[in-house]
Amino acid sequence: MTDFPMPAVSAAADEPTRPLVHRHHWLVRVTHWATALLLPMMIASGLQIYTSYGRFGLRDAPLAVPNPFGSGGVPAWARLGGWLAGGLNWHFALAWPFVISGLLYLGYLAVSGEWRGLVFRPRDIGPAIQMQLYYLRLRKDHPPQGKHNALQKGAYTFIVLTGALATLSGFAIYKPVQLGWLTALFGGYEIARYVHFVTVWVFVAFILVHVALVLLVDPASLRAMTTGWYRGRFSSHD
Amino acid sequence: MTDRTPDGGRRLDRRDFFRLGLIAGPTALVAACGWDGGGVLAPKLRAFSRVNDWVGEKLLLSPTRLARQYPVGDRTREPDFPAYSITLNRTHAFPVRDPSSWALEVGGEVRKPMRLTLERLQALPRVTYTVKHHCVEGWTAIGTWTGVPVSTVAAMVEPTRDARYLRFDSFDSDYSNGWDLTSAMHPQTILAYAFNDRPLRPDHGAPVRLYSPIKLGYKLTKYLTAMTFTRDRHGGYWEDQGYPWLGGV
Repeated sequence: MTDFPMPAVSAAADEPTRPLVHRHHWLVRVTHWATALLLPMMIASGLQIYTSYGRFGLRDAPLAVPNPFGSGGVPAWARLGGWLAGGLNWHFALAWPFVISGLLYLGYLAVSGEWRGLVFRPRDIGPAIQMQLYYLRLRKDHPPQGKHNALQKGAYTFIVLTGALATLSGFAIYKPVQLGWLTALFGGYEIARYVHFVTVWVFVAFILVHVALVLLVDPASLRAMTTGWYRGRFSSHD
Repeated sequence: MTDRTPDGGRRLDRRDFFRLGLIAGPTALVAACGWDGGGVLAPKLRAFSRVNDWVGEKLLLSPTRLARQYPVGDRTREPDFPAYSITLNRTHAFPVRDPSSWALEVGGEVRKPMRLTLERLQALPRVTYTVKHHCVEGWTAIGTWTGVPVSTVAAMVEPTRDARYLRFDSFDSDYSNGWDLTSAMHPQTILAYAFNDRPLRPDHGAPVRLYSPIKLGYKLTKYLTAMTFTRDRHGGYWEDQGYPWLGGV
């Protein structure tokens, strides 16, 4: 028995009875792994840039905001680029494939209609609560689900919105005069720069939980995201 | 649908771990080393930076859009407005020139090269604005700058057709900057001789510096000596070391 609240691991003999289904389009897999590679590099080069000035707000008007690096600075292993110019060049070069990959993914979702299975809507609130109860062991059986459960929909919707926020706040601090309207939407350069910084921590938290849940709950999904083929415990369709 | 007999970790086979390693390995290595490409990728990244320069200059830069102006009361406290110079870093003192003997050499690809004294510059129509300063490091500060638009001086010297770029030189060691003409001719790009209503101080580039709210601070040449219209694109002190050439905001 595992310590994790899910049914016992199957006997090997059961496995062939489970159908092998194609779960992820190649575009989804390519953009997923591109993001898996690029996002850590965007974060690391971003932290290199951040290191040059680890505070927020105008020079004489600091913003009273939480900052996990308050005084210590970013450890070298979490930085990419070596110095400010290196960090900038990495960040502004990788921003292209990072954003293009995100747009391709969103474009695929829109064209294929797969967004319907991913977008968190009000009707998902109840199932999301049931799913949370299951994870908290307050409910014994795994709630029925399609390709994704309601909590997953919530997480994936949230992280796509975070990606959009990171991109928009990035442009807002990249061109605060030419794109002044965008910077103003964030409440100015200093706040936009902080929003951009906060998205880093949202991404980091998401990555940790995402990887942990894949390995603990549905390792077969790792194969599905790589080869497209899934032979796991969950449905691949809604 | 929920299965009563999930297969747990069985499907995470060796190949999957290999594939994961293919991606996670290099990423971890790159992140771990604070790697700027080790002399292999860094030049390629710098070359790619020119693509962003092109996008910044040709697609995003408006020749007429003005940077927002602020009330004088929003000025950053002067002790909190940072100032540095290359000479300061090397000798622990800001470079100084006697304003009465100083002059700006304006030349290159122009029909009427000129030598403009401070007195002559101050007699030209002036522009004053209170704007936000964006440093490449990420900090911002608000200050008031007064000076002569670069475009005014350009009209006086009459650039030729061969003038495609501008180059600004200084007496701050070997500091210089190359500029695109669109940014240089922007109405808020000025040869500034006053900061917060007083003559420019040595720490901010006296007697005359380049100022513009549409560029990052490192593009704003302090301690000016020459303004030269050129055929070829000049880099600059920081630009030649890898900083983005356009530096537009």
